[in-house]
Amino acid sequence: MGWIGETIDSIKSLQIRHVLSQAVSLGMIVTSALIIWKGLMCITGSESPVVVVLSGSMEPGFKRGDILFLHMSKDPIRAGEIVVFNVDGREIPIVHRVIKVHERQDTGEVDILTKGDNNFGDDRLLYAQGQLWLQRHHIMGRAVGFLPYVGWVTIIMTEKPIIKYILIGALGLMVITSKD
Amino acid sequence: MHSVLYRLNTLITLAGFLLAVMCSLASFTDTFHVPSVTAHAEVLKVNRFRKQLTGNDEVSLTLNVSMNLRSTFTWNTKQVFVFVAAEYETAKNSLNQVSLWDHIIQDKGHAKLEAQITNKYPFIDQGSHLRGKKIQLVLHWYIMPKTGKTIEDKMVISDFRLPQVYT
Repeated sequence: MGWIGETIDSIKSLQIRHVLSQAVSLGMIVTSALIIWKGLMCITGSESPVVVVLSGSMEPGFKRGDILFLHMSKDPIRAGEIVVFNVDGREIPIVHRVIKVHERQDTGEVDILTKGDNNFGDDRLLYAQGQLWLQRHHIMGRAVGFLPYVGWVTIIMTEKPIIKYILIGALGLMVITSKD
Repeated sequence: MHSVLYRLNTLITLAGFLLAVMCSLASFTDTFHVPSVTAHAEVLKVNRFRKQLTGNDEVSLTLNVSMNLRSTFTWNTKQVFVFVAAEYETAKNSLNQVSLWDHIIQDKGHAKLEAQITNKYPFIDQGSHLRGKKIQLVLHWYIMPKTGKTIEDKMVISDFRLPQVYT
């Protein structure tokens, strides 16, 4: 009866080996995505190197669902640049164009006013109560590059979470059941 | 090994990769394009020049601007965003840029224009430094691509001096 036990053992070890290799390949996928994201953060110097446009306030330049690549360098911010900024008390960052810049003589600090190309007035109504200007620390980065439509994937996934779960489930199944 | 899903995955990955390469190539062709822009502006009238209750100087101007941006358009150009900014230096600020007027040009046919404009956005200084101040009017243009990198450039189109007294 020795050979039966051996076979069972070999099957068991095979399964463990298989499961392990699947776990490793899944881990590889997750970590490589993380590496790409963190690598982009290093290159661009921005805490979120890629953003998706959510509103139509910059139309016709940027439409909902477009992707912007951000870059945060030491270069001073100038009028006309499209920047992504955070306002205190607002969760979602805003992508608008700089229309006024005042740079201080002694400290080099800047006061910035922004406006959406498609909006009628400037952004003072969007800023925090009583806030007239944006400062350097509000700015997350400036938009340097543009890719149309790709952001719809994220918009759909955040607005219809069920699709996200189905996709993740399907991908997971594919990884686990793949035989090579 | 060669299941439908496997093939589909390869196909989608390859298509996505090729699309990305083509997008970057399209953007790359723009680097060989050297536009030659001509533009001119003159201040026709200072409509209003006063000190606000907050202590900041405020100016309203009427300008005559003409520009030809036809050469900025390439096959990868979606639109050109153009604006006129007043730029000056004060004792308080090493640089002040105030956008006075802007315009979006969506096709080459509309890229040559001449207009009489009053400032669309309020021209307000931080403080009261504008009397007799020398101001540069600078035309900035941002060539926004269908895909890829935005190209920006600017030129000084007028120098003028604000009056010594409020109106």
